Amino acid sequence: MGFSEATHARAREIIARYPAGRERSALLPLLHLVQSEEGHVTPAGVQFCAEQLGLTKAQVSAVATFYTMYKRKPTGDWLVSVCTNTMCNVLGGQAVYDALSEHLGVGHDETTEDGTITLEHAECLAACDYGPVMTVNYDFFDNVDPDIALNLVERLRAGERPQPTRGARLCTLKEMSLQLAGFADEREGAVADGPPGASTLRGVRLAQENGITVAGFDPGTPIGKPAERPAGPEKANAGAATAAGVASNEPARDASPSGQPSEPRQRNLKEAK
Amino acid sequence: MSATAVTVPRREVLEKLTPVLTKRWLSPDAWRIDVYERLDGYAALRKALAAHPDALIQLIKDSGLRGRGGAGFPTGLKWGFIPQNDGKPHYLVVNADEGEPGTCKDLPLMMHDPHSLVEGVIIAAYAIRADRAYIYIRGEAVHAARRLRNAVKEAYAAGYLGRNILGSGFDLDLVVHSGAGAYICGEETALLDSLEGFRGQPRLRPPFPATHGLYASPTVVNNVGTISSVPYIVLGGAAWWKTMGTEKSSGPMIYSLSGRIANPGQYECSLGITLRELIELAGGMQPGHSLRFWTPGGSSTPLLTAEHLDVPLDFEGVAAAGSILGTTATQIFSDQDCPVYATYRWLEFYYHESCGKCTPCREGNYWMVRVYRRILSGQGTYEDLDTLLDTCDNILGRAFCGLGDGATSPVTSSLKYFKQDYLDYIEGRTAPKLSDKALVGAH
Repeated sequence: MGFSEATHARAREIIARYPAGRERSALLPLLHLVQSEEGHVTPAGVQFCAEQLGLTKAQVSAVATFYTMYKRKPTGDWLVSVCTNTMCNVLGGQAVYDALSEHLGVGHDETTEDGTITLEHAECLAACDYGPVMTVNYDFFDNVDPDIALNLVERLRAGERPQPTRGARLCTLKEMSLQLAGFADEREGAVADGPPGASTLRGVRLAQENGITVAGFDPGTPIGKPAERPAGPEKANAGAATAAGVASNEPARDASPSGQPSEPRQRNLKEAK
Repeated sequence: MSATAVTVPRREVLEKLTPVLTKRWLSPDAWRIDVYERLDGYAALRKALAAHPDALIQLIKDSGLRGRGGAGFPTGLKWGFIPQNDGKPHYLVVNADEGEPGTCKDLPLMMHDPHSLVEGVIIAAYAIRADRAYIYIRGEAVHAARRLRNAVKEAYAAGYLGRNILGSGFDLDLVVHSGAGAYICGEETALLDSLEGFRGQPRLRPPFPATHGLYASPTVVNNVGTISSVPYIVLGGAAWWKTMGTEKSSGPMIYSLSGRIANPGQYECSLGITLRELIELAGGMQPGHSLRFWTPGGSSTPLLTAEHLDVPLDFEGVAAAGSILGTTATQIFSDQDCPVYATYRWLEFYYHESCGKCTPCREGNYWMVRVYRRILSGQGTYEDLDTLLDTCDNILGRAFCGLGDGATSPVTSSLKYFKQDYLDYIEGRTAPKLSDKALVGAH
């Protein structure tokens, strides 16, 4: 199928964000863009990206298949992701995932028969202070349990759009993909949605309640003078950068290609033995 | 720490709170530029643009600021490595690909105070003479990205970005670039490959990004917390910044507390605070739970135990205790949590996220997951424990980046402190936690 004129125009806008000769940087946003029109990355979407950037389809596919957010088969309107990484897991995230999987009759990366919901278990979603968490099209529902989660998916299937705990009102996965391609969320007031949660503010509120501030802050403090730099081109500095890199972060060698000696990790290995 | 009830923190512990980067979070609309400007916003930029770029690099060196992304590299030193007058374009790239298990400090910052990051970007780019900057934000972080894109748009409209910023002659373009789901892209060279439109896989070093980074040009890659610290240092000065933290680990740090405590959340404190004090701030352990193991800075940092409650949580203190400060993502587990199962779940993560470039990490994590499934299904053997350590020995230091190294941390540290828990599964004293179904395909 052919992509819409709007998608072509957006593709040009995306490519223009990157320096001339570096157009390939536009590939990730372009893949989000084709997903916003088709719901997943289709062979036609791969071809579209390849044509825009002068790449082969193989080059584009190699990238598209590396990243988990590019879906290779049709997805529901609602991508339901449950964190089952360690912290959420022990706090009940695994039970939430298992309950949803049984209730919906689908496993990881599968879509319900009515085509509304795609379920997945996710790795750490960076909201451990609200664990266990789940997201719908990547907006957060915090401190969930199996009952809350089942109620949530039933409301989604009934055509409702429950309000996420933090974050904007829900939009479909296609609409979200357009935002991921770097376009503003045009819905009135959506950016303003999502007041900070209690856990986010816990420390700073504790300080406020107890009158704790950091003393001595004077925004007029002078910046000071620059250190002397040699005049002219600083070829030597490239050498200095490498030397310092070597000092802080050992270069690769056959025995240690990461070049990152991690003394504490080695010590743990030794002591575990 | 015993199974105490909820506690009220003592005054001397409360005084370790240092609300600096988190302070504006209390103002609900601080993500809007007009509110941000009323709260000292963009004052640091005006001040910085009146100074020599090298003076800013020196200021950051003097402040002792170290990277907030986990490695703790001195920021001013990193900026100073960028060769000047070399005729090449320079780039500033912000690593906003937060995803280290346990870590949740950058997302709230970008959601509730995005302009502080944008302002920090402009000052840092001016200091290293970059006219293009990118914020590579984790794909899943959609609401933070909404606020950030909105902030960038507002900053352009106000003349803080674009051509001839505030009449200084300095030009800067800033692009917010969303990732697409890959933990490995938090590794700086994999991030650069991803930003160039490739699979996110790490690069061999040298050359280092300071000379051959984005588009093979001099590049600084800094974490969100690092760059957001810059405006405060520009305003308050290096000496003020050093009133917080310790001699070698200066400033405030956002500690992300999760797990079996009464009040999980973000606690910005002076670097060097201890876990005992953090738990006190968090209202104590949850009733009925007592501390058993914890990560000082995410799952890639070796586990510590109740023996380590008084370790100063700064770069040196944690290293001396046999772990790594990392991202100060303090995940707290109790006597009701199993260290073997916790490690297994982390290993599933590393196995899933290994980019596949290096054989030891790709294959090692694949096999370790299977060994853990066998142990947790009640079918483990004594030999499995040797196999795990042998596998770690073959991963540690033998992959291009730190992902593989990180995967060994929970394995070796849990075997070091909690070998008995493993033996209890092997010898049948602990009931299997996984069913035989989990063994399908295992060997």
